[in-house]
Amino acid sequence: MSTMPFDNTARLQVDNTLDDPRQRSPLVLGHHDFATVTEEICAVNEAPKPPKLWYISLVISASLAGMLMMLVGYLIITGVGVWGNNNPVMWGWPIVNFVFWVGIGHAGTLISAILFLFRQKWRTSINRFAEAMTIFAVICAGLYPGIHIGRVWLAYWLFPIPNQMDMWPQFRSPLLWDVFAVSTYFTVSLLFWYVGLIPDLATLRDRANTRIKAIAYGFFSLGWRGSMRHWHRYERAYLLLAALATPLVLSVHSVVSFDFATSQLPGWHTTIFPPYFVAGAIFSGFAMVMTLAIPARQIWGLKNFITMRHLENMNKIILLTGTMVGYAYATEFFIAWYSGELYEKFAFVNRAFGQYAWAYWIMVSCNVISPQIFWFKRARTSIWIMFIVSIFVNIGMWFERFVIIVTSLAQDFLPGSWGYFTPTWVDIMTFIGTFGLFMTLFLLFIRFLPVLAIAEIKAVMPEADPHAHGHGHGDEHEEVDE
Amino acid sequence: MSRTPPVTTRDRIWGYAAEFTTPAAITDAAKKVAAAGYRWWDCHTPFPVHGLDTAMGVKPTILPIIVFFGGITGTMLAIFLQVFTNSLEIDLWAIVPVVGYQFEVSGKPLISAPAFVPVMFEVTVLLSALTTVGSMFALNGLPCLYHPVLKSPKLARITDDRFYLVIEARDPQFTDESTRVFLESLGPESIEMLEP
Repeated sequence: MSTMPFDNTARLQVDNTLDDPRQRSPLVLGHHDFATVTEEICAVNEAPKPPKLWYISLVISASLAGMLMMLVGYLIITGVGVWGNNNPVMWGWPIVNFVFWVGIGHAGTLISAILFLFRQKWRTSINRFAEAMTIFAVICAGLYPGIHIGRVWLAYWLFPIPNQMDMWPQFRSPLLWDVFAVSTYFTVSLLFWYVGLIPDLATLRDRANTRIKAIAYGFFSLGWRGSMRHWHRYERAYLLLAALATPLVLSVHSVVSFDFATSQLPGWHTTIFPPYFVAGAIFSGFAMVMTLAIPARQIWGLKNFITMRHLENMNKIILLTGTMVGYAYATEFFIAWYSGELYEKFAFVNRAFGQYAWAYWIMVSCNVISPQIFWFKRARTSIWIMFIVSIFVNIGMWFERFVIIVTSLAQDFLPGSWGYFTPTWVDIMTFIGTFGLFMTLFLLFIRFLPVLAIAEIKAVMPEADPHAHGHGHGDEHEEVDE
Repeated sequence: MSRTPPVTTRDRIWGYAAEFTTPAAITDAAKKVAAAGYRWWDCHTPFPVHGLDTAMGVKPTILPIIVFFGGITGTMLAIFLQVFTNSLEIDLWAIVPVVGYQFEVSGKPLISAPAFVPVMFEVTVLLSALTTVGSMFALNGLPCLYHPVLKSPKLARITDDRFYLVIEARDPQFTDESTRVFLESLGPESIEMLEP
């Protein structure tokens, strides 16, 4: 099998989005060998001081995270009345934000598990921080149901723990399925992430120049020594985790959508919800990956690893999933009309032209219209356009959850029980606070953990193939030409 | 007080490590070591080299079988949990201080199998994943607090860009002389002696 001649690399650096199967563009640019890959990625962690922007961002996001904690404290000592939740909109921003954050997480698992099963090698440059993003997003998501229950000190009632009342949770309720789905999702994502981190933590351990680093990385790398017998089981375990995480990630947002779909409310009671929610989750998650990856590769000089090809591939997925989401919106309308059900028809006409029409059209323009620009290659390969579209998609997907939850609750069957939802300052600041928490965790991750999967990147380089560069089996063995 | 000098070489030599620079070179060397009949030996690489495990003659791991049973346990546990807490009023006080409860919701059957499927699925995945990681660590002997391969500063490049083939002194075929000569015949960059 012949690999691409190296002289071509220079030309392909200009346009490495070339995807001709006979001559794929390299996944790692800039004439790297294994040592320089280690060097360049570890430089992010080993630089004596991170860029100034890192400090500024950390101060801002840590302050916002602190504000979040104070607001949660304020909520607990005062009660949920500090939020805009009312009757009939019992599920206000907290559940909107819960669904939003859980959805963000899905792209990380898609990249790490589903693309792994499909042998999409380009995932190696983005999977590490996409997985980190998953975990931090699920942490933000998990906060909301906990504080939304009202009496926070009784949050343990969510779990099947024996208590003094001899009562158990009700397992026919999708809300309880959610408890299991989200906690399983968090645990499995964390395991997956940690297993992937071990060889790279060992790399940082072996390069550590201070005692604290050596102890910390040494502790978490568990004495990894790159043994091929270990790698053999490790790779099998990684494959199994990917195979387990793939149905899991599809199940999590399906279960989240069951919270809505199993109710009787017009606009919620539809069978399209599970696939529609999963497509939306992947869509929003990829947008968040883009929002984080574009500045990160710029600031830490990772352009040789997160190349234009990676970004373009992600843009293609955003285009695909965005179009699927748009198709789901259209199907919902069609079925509402086709069903002949009065309340269902009203719910959808009301979404588009009622009191929340502004939210609906923000959603449609951000989610359906804005990604369509990615039909053009020039847009797919323009940093600014993709960054702006990714922000739009984040906004649009938040509004999608807002539209689903609030419009259906605000105006359902009886006009006598209609209402309007207005968030309070606590709602808004709590949501901003979760971004602070998310970014704080993410910035700490970039500084202290290997931001790209070093071992995996080495394994997809042409040099990693035992048959590369005219190296044959046994007798044909020759010297390496660098 | 002086220690008695080592009687055999095995007391102070833990093994020899031969350094290679490319995946192809270590794969070729591994085939020869396997053919020579060594048993206590290993390759240490910065990333999983494709095909090296088969070249070394590593047998497929039993990990998937263990995980299968982990998953089955999860399914059983979830069925038991849901049927016990929602469908039957069994008093387990004799064994554990809990009593089951019969939830009657909207006249639905007490054992509503379809409603129990999502939690069964989630617990199956959870236990499978925990079993996968737990057994992988257990089979690999991780966490490992000390290992001679980690002691040598030169071998720290295993996690960077070097490929080391290590033959341990406890191998029945190992002798100080012959093993060294044999490793040299494989054309490594260098040979390192590892202390226990």
